[in-house]
Amino acid sequence: MSTAPGTEPGTESPVRDPKPVVEHRLHPVTPLRRAWAPIAVVIGWAVHDPDGAQRQLTRLTTTTLLLAIAVVVPAAALYGFLTWWFTHFAVTDSELRIRTGLVFRRTAHIRLERIQAIDVTRPLLARIAGVAKLKLDVVGTDSKDELAFLGEAQARALRAELLARAAGFAPETAHEVGEAPVRQLLKVPTGVLAVSLVLTGGTWATLVAAIVVPSVLWMATESVWTVLATALPLLGAAGASTVGRFVGEYDWTVGESPDGLRIDHGLLDRAHETVPPGRVQTVRIIEPLLWRRRGWVRVELDVAGSSNSLLVPVAPREVAESVIARVLPGVTVPDRTALIRPPRRARWCVPLWWQGYGLTVTDTVFAARHGLLRRRLDLVPHAKVQSVRLAQGPWERFKGVADVHVDTGANKTVTARLRDATEAADLLRAQAERSRTGRREALPDRWMS
Amino acid sequence: METGTLEDDAGRADDDGTERTDEVGIDRTNVEPVWIGLPPGLLRMRRLLLVVWLGGITIGTAVLLGWLAGPVWAAFALLPLGLLLWGWPMLGRNWRSWRYAERADDLLISRGVLWREETVVPYGRMQLVEVTSGPVERHFGLASVQLRTAAAATDARIPGLDPAEAERLRDRLTELGEARSAGL
Repeated sequence: MSTAPGTEPGTESPVRDPKPVVEHRLHPVTPLRRAWAPIAVVIGWAVHDPDGAQRQLTRLTTTTLLLAIAVVVPAAALYGFLTWWFTHFAVTDSELRIRTGLVFRRTAHIRLERIQAIDVTRPLLARIAGVAKLKLDVVGTDSKDELAFLGEAQARALRAELLARAAGFAPETAHEVGEAPVRQLLKVPTGVLAVSLVLTGGTWATLVAAIVVPSVLWMATESVWTVLATALPLLGAAGASTVGRFVGEYDWTVGESPDGLRIDHGLLDRAHETVPPGRVQTVRIIEPLLWRRRGWVRVELDVAGSSNSLLVPVAPREVAESVIARVLPGVTVPDRTALIRPPRRARWCVPLWWQGYGLTVTDTVFAARHGLLRRRLDLVPHAKVQSVRLAQGPWERFKGVADVHVDTGANKTVTARLRDATEAADLLRAQAERSRTGRREALPDRWMS
Repeated sequence: METGTLEDDAGRADDDGTERTDEVGIDRTNVEPVWIGLPPGLLRMRRLLLVVWLGGITIGTAVLLGWLAGPVWAAFALLPLGLLLWGWPMLGRNWRSWRYAERADDLLISRGVLWREETVVPYGRMQLVEVTSGPVERHFGLASVQLRTAAAATDARIPGLDPAEAERLRDRLTELGEARSAGL
C-alpha cells in the first residue's frame, strides 16, 4: 500500500547546510501500524457476543464478504497511506519539527534544549519489521508527538544527533558526533527479578483474588458466565502485575554516558530511554517488607514531561545507592540513622505510622521517608525545588506539629510530615534559601556547553 | 506601597527547638519579612455576598414556610440566619489571616485560620504570573494575582488586591523572575 513515490526517509543527516531545512517522511511500514485495529474490533465483538457472531457468520455469503473486503481494505489502505504521506519531520538548529494532518494541520515544534528525555521503543512487531519509535519528552508534549516509525538505524542516528544538538554541539558537527559511549552501571539478573516479583505482596494478593473470588462466585451462583466475567479481568490484572511486569523489566540495564542516563529493558517490547544530565527531579527508594531481609530496593525517578518512572526494578541497596550517586551527582543517600523521626507527640496525629516518617536535609538533597512496612524514601535535590509550603491543621497545631511540602517540576510533591512546628517554620525558610542557592551550581540545559 | 526590602529583625528570641533544627542542619535566618495584608475591599465584598445570599435565603425560608406550613415551621429560617451570624466574624478572621511578603529572592504567602498554610515561591521558579478579575471583583475594584511554577501543586494566589497593586506586583514579579530565572 505504500509503493507510491515519495522521499525515502534519509538515513544520513537530515541537515546538510544550516539554512535549508530538509523534511523527511517516516518509515514506509508506518501505514501498517493501525492495520490490526479492524481485526481487533471484529475479535472483540466475537468474544463479547459469541452467539451473535456465530449467527452473523452463517448469514455471510462469499459475495458480501468479498464486497466488504473490497471496500474496507482500500479505504483503510488509503487512510494509512495519506496519514503517512502528510507526516513530515525535520531537524533544525534549535528544534525538531513534526508536521502532520491532512485536514487539520498540526505542526509541533519541540525545542531541543528543553528535552527532558528521549525514548526509542521497539514493540515486538516493530522489532520484526526492523523499525522503532522515537519520542522526545518535553514538558507539555502530547503522546502523539512521537516519530513512529523510523528505521532502527535511522532512529539511533537521529537520537544521537538530537542529543548532540541538545548538548550544545555546533549544528554542523552534530551529526558527526555519533553515539556517546555507554558505561554499564547495573544489569538486573533474570533470577533476581523473578524472585523479587515472587516476594512482592501485591503479586500474591492479585493471584489469590483471581482464584478465590471466582470460586466463591461459582459456589454461590453456579453460573459459568458470571464466573468467567469476574475471573477474566482478575486474571488479566494478576497477569499484568506478574508476567507483564516481568516481561517489561526483563534484562533491565542501566548505563551511563556523556549524554546522560541510559535505560534499556524489555523482553518482547524493547525500550531504550535516555535521560540527559540534570533532568531528574526526584528519586524514590522503595523497600517492600519482604525484600528487606535480602537488602533489596526498587528505585523510581521522576523526569518532567516523561512517563517513565522506573530506574532500577530490583537491586541490592549498595548497588542502587551507587547508581543514584551517578544519577544525581554529588548526592549520597542519607543513612537510615540520619533520618529524624517526628517528635513523640506526633503519635496522636497518626498512630503507629508516625514512626515511619523521617526527614533529613543534607547539602544537596531534601530526603523524607514514609511507610512502616513498605518504606519509601523520597530524595529531592535542592536545585529542583519549585516551591515550599507549610501546612498545619487544627489538631496538628494543638499538638505543635506541622507538615512541610516540597513541590518539584515533575508534579511530584514530597512531604515531610508531622515535624515540630518551630522546626517546620525554620525548615520552610531554610529550604527556600537552599533551593535558590542550589540552582547556582546546577548544570546548564545544554550540558556539553 | 512597600516593596520587598529586607529588614533586620530585632526582637525574635524563640530559642526552643533550636537543638532539633540544628540536628537537621538548618541555618536560622534572622530576617523577618515585611508582611502586607489584604485591602479591606475583599472583606467588604465577601461580607456583602454573604449577607445577600444568606439574608435572602433566611427571608425566603421564613416567608415561604410561615405562609405554607405555619409560623412554627418558619423557625427553620434561623438556620441560615445562624450561619450568617457565624460567617460574618469568620470571614473577618479569614481575611485577616491572608498576608504576603516580597523578600529579596522569594515571595511568601500565608493564609488560613484553622488550616494554616504558608507558601514560599522563589522568583526564579516562576513560569507565569496571572492577574484575574471577575465581574463581581471588578465591581468592587479588586483583582487577584496567581503565580505559577512548573509544579502544579504550587498554590500561590493572592486574592482581593487593589488592581494597581496587583499590576505593580505582577510587573515586579515578572521583572524579578526574569532576572533570577532558572530552568527546570
